[in-house]
Amino acid sequence: MRAPKLLSIGALGGFFGALFGVGGGIVIVPLLVFFFAFGPRRAAATSLAAILVSSVVGAITYAFHGEVKPGAALLVGIPAMVGVLGGTAIQQRVPAQRLSYGFALVLVAVGVRLLV
Amino acid sequence: MTIALVILIGCAGGVLAGLFGVGGGIVFVPTLALVLGLTQLHAEASSLLAILPTAIVGTWRQRAYGNVDLRAAAVIGAGSIGGVQLGVLLAESLPEGVLRRLFGGLLVLTAAQLVWRTQRGS
Repeated sequence: MRAPKLLSIGALGGFFGALFGVGGGIVIVPLLVFFFAFGPRRAAATSLAAILVSSVVGAITYAFHGEVKPGAALLVGIPAMVGVLGGTAIQQRVPAQRLSYGFALVLVAVGVRLLV
Repeated sequence: MTIALVILIGCAGGVLAGLFGVGGGIVFVPTLALVLGLTQLHAEASSLLAILPTAIVGTWRQRAYGNVDLRAAAVIGAGSIGGVQLGVLLAESLPEGVLRRLFGGLLVLTAAQLVWRTQRGS
């Protein structure tokens, strides 16, 4: 019974993810929390698994149009793979709330830099 | 120097991805555009490739912690295929400056969502 809603969440996440090159967790996580009452960890983890699919599809689609720069992608992507191990380990131990205000501040600063 | 900075930001992006489950793209796109000088469209396209190693490792770890609803993730993933095609089409049809400003707006919205999620204690 939950399949139609999940498919719709996927379609929305895929659209925004591909439009902005971000995978789609920004849309998927709050929708899972809102429609299925997922807890934050379950929502984030499930979203990450779904993003595997949407990112592969997005990268392949963009690559067909010659828009992917593999060298640049790996330069940020490989170190991030190391970082994510630390991040998930931290998530199990400390409340991420303390860090989220700092992260939010950085996002606003970069966002304003891109807006002007 | 630039390469060292990109590697450092990439690593930080991975930590944030693990913490917030966002896949790191929100950090990768501005890094590729502002630090490496890619166009907004190329940065977004490359970011989707950069997300993959993080998403693979992140999913593997989260699964070990028992946090992943694999069936829900598979259905969401299947639903994303059509949405991705529309997203790519729109990104390619928008002028560079518009796409960049939209992304800037997305960053501010993401920050607001993060603060909201934090304040309601999730």
